[in-house]
Amino acid sequence: MAFDIFGFFKKKEPASGSVAKDRLKLVLVHDRVDCSSQVLEMLKGDIIKVISNYMEIDEEELDINITQTENEDHNGTVPVLYANIPIKSMHRSAPKED
Amino acid sequence: MGEVIVITSGKGGVGKTTTSANLGCGLAISGKKVALVDADIGLRNLDVVMGLENRIVYDLVDVVEGNCKLKSALIKDKRYAGLFLLPAAQTRDKDAVSPEQMQKLCQSLKDEGFDYIIIDCPAGIEQGFKNAIAGADRALVVTTPEVSAVRDADRIIGLLEANELPNPSLILNRLRIDMVKKGEMMSIEDVTEILAVDILGVVPDDESIVITTNKGEPAVTDENSKAGQAYRNITRRIMGEDVPLMNLETEETFMDKLKKFFRRS
Repeated sequence: MAFDIFGFFKKKEPASGSVAKDRLKLVLVHDRVDCSSQVLEMLKGDIIKVISNYMEIDEEELDINITQTENEDHNGTVPVLYANIPIKSMHRSAPKED
Repeated sequence: MGEVIVITSGKGGVGKTTTSANLGCGLAISGKKVALVDADIGLRNLDVVMGLENRIVYDLVDVVEGNCKLKSALIKDKRYAGLFLLPAAQTRDKDAVSPEQMQKLCQSLKDEGFDYIIIDCPAGIEQGFKNAIAGADRALVVTTPEVSAVRDADRIIGLLEANELPNPSLILNRLRIDMVKKGEMMSIEDVTEILAVDILGVVPDDESIVITTNKGEPAVTDENSKAGQAYRNITRRIMGEDVPLMNLETEETFMDKLKKFFRRS
């Protein structure tokens, strides 16, 4: 039977080096697109305004974020704007004219 | 025709000044005529790292303001033929110099016949950074394998590209191979993958840097220093030689062997 006294002290969570790498990748996606949370909030407001012309959406559950996805060549990642917009109901009438 | 190389990082304390001193000294030992320029106006340090702090008469601001000739401000390092230092002003601030003046200064240094002009850039992304990169032909970005330093390096790489200094090369400083092996530090590959730039060199974390800096003698001159060896390799790469990354492995300690023994049993 293996007598692993050093294994006893081993941590279960992933090594901090890979944690650092993952955290960096995420933070750099935001840094590189140069999009602050303030800009994201403005974008969110505009999207709600436009979509509300056509359908009723659940503003509470609306989720807009910048993340990354694999690019077409599968050799790196590119930033994407992710939006999850739950629809409550469709407007029956034609879009409102301002 | 001389080449102007700016050493930058964004974050402070990652080893810009140490790198500037070692590369400047290494290039001079290789027979090149080198000017080390301290662009950190108000917080000069390259003089003290080089051990030349007692020889300053004029500084960079004196030169750009025309108070003295360029030649009289350049301090000749008597230990290494061909090595000169242009110190920063200590009692002025970054606004004392403009990017245009820095471009002119770099051109004058080229006209003086220097092969390499190494500019030690201040930390940050403000005026001091803009001044330091203004006259550069090429940029080296220094970082350490820590989240804060890598993040700032990424920002700096973006800013360099926006300022017509594309494809900067990276120097990864203070790497601890023992920690990388345990997975507790980002590896060379992790950092280059994140930053997507070419790596020019890796400098191991080494006590000899503290000791040589204490004495004002760059580690590049110390044959027994691991970091010194890394800087000698980087120097050769700057001059266009193809030198493989050095072996960073350290000898196993008694405790390492003991741990291995228990894991096997």
